[in-house]
Amino acid sequence: MSSLVKCPHCGSRPREEFTVRGEVATPRPVAGADESIWFDHVYLRDNPRGQHREYWHHSGGCRRWLVLDRNTVTHETSNVVDASTLKAEGRA
Amino acid sequence: MRYSALSLLGNAFSKNKNWKPAWRNPDPKPRYDVIIIGGGGHGLATAYYLSKVFGVRNVAVLEKGYLGSGNIGRNTTIIRSNYLLEGNNPFYEFSMKLWEGLEQDFNFNAMVSQRGVINLYHSDVQRDAYTRRGNAMRLHGVDADLLNRDQVREKLPFLDYDNARFPIMGGLMQARGGTVRHDAVAWGFARGADQNGVDIIQNCEVTAIDRDGDQITGVQTTRGAIKCGKLAMAVAGSSSHVAQMVDMRLPIESHALQAFVSEGLKPFIDTVVTFGAGHFYVSQSDKGGLVFGGDIEGYNSYAQRGNLACVEHVAEAGMAMIPALSRVRILRSWGGIMDMSMDGSPIMDRTHIGNLYFNGGWCYGGFKATPASGYCYAHLLATDRPHETATAFRMDRFARGYLLDEKGVGAQANLH
Repeated sequence: MSSLVKCPHCGSRPREEFTVRGEVATPRPVAGADESIWFDHVYLRDNPRGQHREYWHHSGGCRRWLVLDRNTVTHETSNVVDASTLKAEGRA
Repeated sequence: MRYSALSLLGNAFSKNKNWKPAWRNPDPKPRYDVIIIGGGGHGLATAYYLSKVFGVRNVAVLEKGYLGSGNIGRNTTIIRSNYLLEGNNPFYEFSMKLWEGLEQDFNFNAMVSQRGVINLYHSDVQRDAYTRRGNAMRLHGVDADLLNRDQVREKLPFLDYDNARFPIMGGLMQARGGTVRHDAVAWGFARGADQNGVDIIQNCEVTAIDRDGDQITGVQTTRGAIKCGKLAMAVAGSSSHVAQMVDMRLPIESHALQAFVSEGLKPFIDTVVTFGAGHFYVSQSDKGGLVFGGDIEGYNSYAQRGNLACVEHVAEAGMAMIPALSRVRILRSWGGIMDMSMDGSPIMDRTHIGNLYFNGGWCYGGFKATPASGYCYAHLLATDRPHETATAFRMDRFARGYLLDEKGVGAQANLH
């Protein structure tokens, strides 16, 4: 795992300050969506070997939810943004 | 050659110069009836039982590395069948029975040691849960004994019984549980399958899967194209990666789990013992090293190594259970990649592609299942029907709401 992660608010911070939440999946379906859409959202994962877009929480710092790319083989992290930017773009 | 006391003696007289390799190292043929992707424990066991019990001998096992380089050589070697649910218990007990006859069956010393597995309990509630599980085991014909504090103390005097937060009140013991030398399991199954004509092809990574409509026709590998009648995945850890080659998404995440071994000590722990107040399990190998492990790392990973944060976590849990561990030095740690399924149970089923079969999602419990997984998967491959003990491991159980939630945990640490 990268020892340092670039938080967009706090700068380079030690990895221990962060909590990994998991894959940035498709946006949550509407309540009345088809069962197959819910099944896909709740259970299925891309689980790639390589670049993985995921949610992190800066739990020991600014306490903002972040979105970043992590390589699941080398654990290098990149493209860290605040999760609200995804929300604004309608992708979360 | 069949191994026996006589063969040992004969080879001793010829100064051990005439031993032959335990299996061949063949080049891939153009076509096989069945190709098994993955030469780990489950893939080799599948090839063994397929060729031995079901008479399917035109079989290849494709392994991307060398035999024993994956999870079969990266676990803590524990075997047990102390499961609660009806979908699980008969399967794991079938596995235990196969372990019990395995060495005679495949003529290889796998050092099966039924030294007992004890799960500690630390509260009244936990005792009640263990009582329920023990009763369920007995109803399925599996041995289970609920031990009180004094009975546990007699067997394991070195535990921290009077821990202020987690006093040890007793344990649930399965006396038939124990450990097996994990590499020897891979070698034994490989040798047995090879003697039955199975081609075990190492350093052969599958890079693409060829399809013709809704049928698989073969695979592209680092050693060329190979055609097949049926294709069987047994690549737990990399299941999503291989499934992606046929655009399948799975209810699985890959996570790294570490195992550890300490310096060699005099005989100290003579059963397998697991902590009930944290995730920690330990046994002592025949060489004297303590073999132990704990939780997964908590984030998707395809790297066969873990992080120091988890080393610290496991060491803390170990010391909470056995304070004397504070003076033991850890020699090595290593990591394997687990298929963490969404309900904590494996998947062994046909897929939506007619001649593609799936075996994976073993979470961190695949080793004990090795023989039964091989047997039941071979049954599925040969007859297209699940073995009677493996009917609950269906691919569609998530969509249908029939989860097999033995422990009520999910794929990641925050769902535990």
